[in-house]
Amino acid sequence: MVDIFDLFITSVLTQNIALTFILGMCPLIAISTNVKNAKGMGIAVIFVVTLTGIINYPIYLLLRATGTETLSLLVFITTIAATVQFLELFIEKYFPKMYNSFGLFLPLITVNCVVLAVSLFFVNRDYNFIQTATFSFGAGIGWFLAIVLVAGIREKLAQNTGIPRGLAGRGIVFIILGILSLAFIGFTGLSIF
Amino acid sequence: MKLIRLRYKKWYNISRDGLTTNNPIAIAVLGICSALAVTNRVDNAIAMGLAVVFVVTMSSLTVSLIRNFIPSRVRMVTYMVIISSFVIMVQLFLEAFFPLIAAALGAFLGLIITNCIVMGRAEAFAVKNPLRYTFFDGIANGLGYTYVLVIVAVVRELLAFGTILDVRIMPDTWTNWVAMALAPGGFFVLGLLIWALRELTNNFETVSE
Repeated sequence: MVDIFDLFITSVLTQNIALTFILGMCPLIAISTNVKNAKGMGIAVIFVVTLTGIINYPIYLLLRATGTETLSLLVFITTIAATVQFLELFIEKYFPKMYNSFGLFLPLITVNCVVLAVSLFFVNRDYNFIQTATFSFGAGIGWFLAIVLVAGIREKLAQNTGIPRGLAGRGIVFIILGILSLAFIGFTGLSIF
Repeated sequence: MKLIRLRYKKWYNISRDGLTTNNPIAIAVLGICSALAVTNRVDNAIAMGLAVVFVVTMSSLTVSLIRNFIPSRVRMVTYMVIISSFVIMVQLFLEAFFPLIAAALGAFLGLIITNCIVMGRAEAFAVKNPLRYTFFDGIANGLGYTYVLVIVAVVRELLAFGTILDVRIMPDTWTNWVAMALAPGGFFVLGLLIWALRELTNNFETVSE
């Protein structure tokens, strides 16, 4: 139980998937211009990452049992695309209010590398099912945290006119991300127990 | 005289677009994840760059070849399947012939599938252009990605380990900048590089807020 909690904290803070592994940068840079959209995208990622992690794990076991791990990339990405499509239809039909707040971002998630990366990482690290579920959820939360932080800083910066024109727009996001990830390195060695 | 005529050729413009004026990383800011994650050593950056050149060229060619048969509703999934087939090829090739590099790149090799450059070229160019132009577009975008990657990697490896391609450059008294090998170094170097490239090419982003 302690291990699981530790893994969760690790995947949210010390090994934040956006700021330590540098994943999911394209949507993070594109959608972090205001906090409202960033929240929508973040929540959608949490949903999809957790769900696809849980679905891909048994599929990987099946592939390994039949000796066709080579195809895992192809299978994972197809599962992700299908899950996203299904989730979009499901939420649109049964939770229209929720759909209005973040449904817009769902189709974009298929090309978010966080989702595929989580599935590849549990293979590389030999996680069991519980660990995979925890890690997927933690990674989603971590990415949500990163995009909301960046969006908050960008909203404040938008009122500032002192940014050099070469850095204006997306350039300055790299500097923000650099400083944030330095801050997250500070969490290294953090253990609750 | 010849150079002037060259400027009117379509393939020349397409290549220049990918390499400089619309460079995927520096100007369009796409494919950042792999650009930062693998650039702490030069050899990794070169391997990653060449892998992307292969994948983007071959998948663009394939998409362009069958562009009239892809129903537009399922085109995204079709791209995905095509791209991941080529990525699997690259992965098997590297594992067989360069196992050390394959191990160093790890999961990031598989993540070429979600590299926005590959998907972006398929959607923005390959699906509506004939084969020969798609070929130039793929190569130019792949190489444009590769050289930015190598520049970032040279700076980072030099500062983080004092070496380039494992050849010692810095004096022995050099203190390694550990942060350069980690994520923050990548963010800062790429941020500054984008700044420099935009100043040099006079290509600024207008903020519409």
